[in-house]
Amino acid sequence: MCLAIPARVVELRDGDLAVVDLAGVRKEISLALVEDVALDDYVIVHVGFALSKLDPEEAARTLALFAELDGSTAP
Amino acid sequence: MPAPKNRSSLGRALDLKQGRIDLAHGSGGRAMAQLIEELFARHLDNPFLAQGDDGAVLPGADGRLVMATDSHVISPLFFPGGDIGSLSVHGTLNDLAVMGARPLWLSAAFILEEGFPLADLARIVESMGEASRAAGVPIVTGDTKVVERGKGDGVFITTTGVGSLPPGRDVSGRHARPGDVVLISGTLGDHGMAIMAARENLGFETPIVSDSAALHGLTEALFASGARVHTLRDPTRGGLATTLNEIARQSGVGIVLDEAALPINPAVAAACEFLGLDPLYVANEGKLLAIVAADDADAALAALRAHPLGARAARIGTVQADTHRFVQMTTTLGGRRIVDWLNGDPLPRIC
Amino acid sequence: MKYIDEFRDGALARKLGAHIARAADPGRRYHFMEFCGGHTHAISRYGVADLLPANVRMIHGPGCPVCVLPIGRVDQAIRLALDHGVMLCTYGDCLRVPASDGLSLLKARARGADVRMVYSSADAVALARQHPDRQVVFFAIGFETTTPPTAVAIREAAALGLGNFSVLCCHVLTPPAMTAILEAPASAGGVPLDGFVGPAHVSTIIGSAPYAFCAERYGKPVVIAGFEPLDVMQAILMLIRQTNEGRAEVENEFVRAVSHEGNRKAQALVAEVFTRRPDFEWRGLGTIPDSALSLAPAYRAFDAEARFPVAYRSVADHKACECGAILRGVKRPQECRIFGTACTPENPVGSCMVSSEGACAAHYTYGRYKDA
Repeated sequence: MCLAIPARVVELRDGDLAVVDLAGVRKEISLALVEDVALDDYVIVHVGFALSKLDPEEAARTLALFAELDGSTAP
Repeated sequence: MPAPKNRSSLGRALDLKQGRIDLAHGSGGRAMAQLIEELFARHLDNPFLAQGDDGAVLPGADGRLVMATDSHVISPLFFPGGDIGSLSVHGTLNDLAVMGARPLWLSAAFILEEGFPLADLARIVESMGEASRAAGVPIVTGDTKVVERGKGDGVFITTTGVGSLPPGRDVSGRHARPGDVVLISGTLGDHGMAIMAARENLGFETPIVSDSAALHGLTEALFASGARVHTLRDPTRGGLATTLNEIARQSGVGIVLDEAALPINPAVAAACEFLGLDPLYVANEGKLLAIVAADDADAALAALRAHPLGARAARIGTVQADTHRFVQMTTTLGGRRIVDWLNGDPLPRIC
Repeated sequence: MKYIDEFRDGALARKLGAHIARAADPGRRYHFMEFCGGHTHAISRYGVADLLPANVRMIHGPGCPVCVLPIGRVDQAIRLALDHGVMLCTYGDCLRVPASDGLSLLKARARGADVRMVYSSADAVALARQHPDRQVVFFAIGFETTTPPTAVAIREAAALGLGNFSVLCCHVLTPPAMTAILEAPASAGGVPLDGFVGPAHVSTIIGSAPYAFCAERYGKPVVIAGFEPLDVMQAILMLIRQTNEGRAEVENEFVRAVSHEGNRKAQALVAEVFTRRPDFEWRGLGTIPDSALSLAPAYRAFDAEARFPVAYRSVADHKACECGAILRGVKRPQECRIFGTACTPENPVGSCMVSSEGACAAHYTYGRYKDA
């Protein structure tokens, strides 16, 4: 229901603001809802706000799960 | 529009830096004559305009003629890759080109809002002159009116074009046949997303540039390849999806697209993701859609790719028999979906 | 696009499809509800149903905030703009929703109302600062994903002492809507649900904890899924496994963005700025207690319903409209008398056709070739 996209933080600005980049498209967004965001982190962006950080290790694990599939029993 | 030859009778030169359009510029008197001479005629200069009469006398043309007209009300007036001026020239040239015609002459009519900056008007008209010269098609006649402040959006431009249709060419939205191949000359959605990104209230920075261009060189290259071309279109408002649905309906056929084959710039895809838009419905202003006989598809594609405007040309689908006239797409996932008519202008969404 | 394209890979999708086909017991039927409209959209737009076996059926849930927004609420927004001359700021989704008297926000603008589309609640606050002489009202819709951005905007307005900014608050909650679905009596023709695909982005805010009641009280498994088609397929596979094994648990496929407790900072902000309404009318689902938010007493000054005399008036849906049954998964869009005829995306009669992720709109726009 809620359109949100993962984007990379490329600039940190004053006042809880940051600039994110998605394939060359840049947008200023608010970090007011998250904490400890650093440059090059990926955040989930919805209506101009970062909702959470994206965990790269968990993302890799999830993809590996799709790929291994055969014989996988764990969810 | 008669233009007096004795320039000194018009008084001080136009202030193209700080001046603004006022109602006198449209009233047919000295101010209007000055506007025509110092701004329009200067940038659009050609033998026809130089005749200085109410209409242009044109040499006869062989065979059938094609005429097309387009009005332009775009906002913002200036955007990466073009402006309302170049857009109005390219738009009408392309309407002629997709009929299979060779463009010969253009006209341009302006409705200006009182208070519109002359510097902006000069920029727009200069851009039209450049587009016209690059295309090799002169703007032979025109008109200017001025409306009161608040009754216009800065400037509205209407261009009309006339072209000649070589014998034997019969290109139409009614001619798509089952088995035909669908080709596109390049990437989708560039123009619409360049405009969307330029709207300041959305606050996006992108490298996206409008693809606004004149297509008649590309269409001639396609015809020269010998391919049997059944339908040509430039997918403008409503995007590729709308154009294909129109053709499907006109020809009484179905169309199936291959999503993986659609050429889309990464930045355009990304901007669409941000705003929840679908590139299939986003406007293009310099792309050619061609539906050709299956046996000629390879030759047609090669001809497009050999032309500078067709470097990213691709085969994107096929025409099939379908009484429902659906446009369908095989998704990158391997599933199927309809690519339906557009339901109003695409709007950014949050959910 | 990183973290997007990889989760749309066709080869992986086919593998997942094969695994789902192997896991699904040919002797039974599975009915899962994807609660979230974004998932409905992803399923339709990618044709995910084509990769599922015939005995696995997805039922489209009510998690589409535009679909469940009652006409009476859009009427309030229109009256604020037309009758009270406010600058009405809204997300794009609401502009075309048909309301009473043949109006929509877009049509109201054609009549002279100052309706502005914004991408973010922050843009509405910025407009209020730029126009101190005008009243600016932000039309706040959405589930728990969209609520924290509204909270930030209200706190910013408070900190700036903006006397010309207020919010028409229509934020709704996910767990009470899921309860309403689960409570729908089977006697009303309810299809027995085997489980839920839980919303992606709502869960980044509320965490996976609040769905426990589905498993514990109703015995229905929930798998929270990411936004992309591979996420949804993986979640369906996990649901099939739970169903086969007789388990009812809350599992999280979207581990890259969702934790058990969710975004505490966002939750605290929402708890400070908002309070629960005793009840709220949902289009298609009726009145549900404790299911929506209004401004907390400390922030009542920013409540548009307190500042302007625009009381909510309920507007009934068309008699032939089957959205209620469709939102509960009892009927399919094709089973509604007026689907595709009187009710189309251009002329939506009911809520499910209004937004592109409503069940009817999604089927009409992406899937009706299957009915032909």
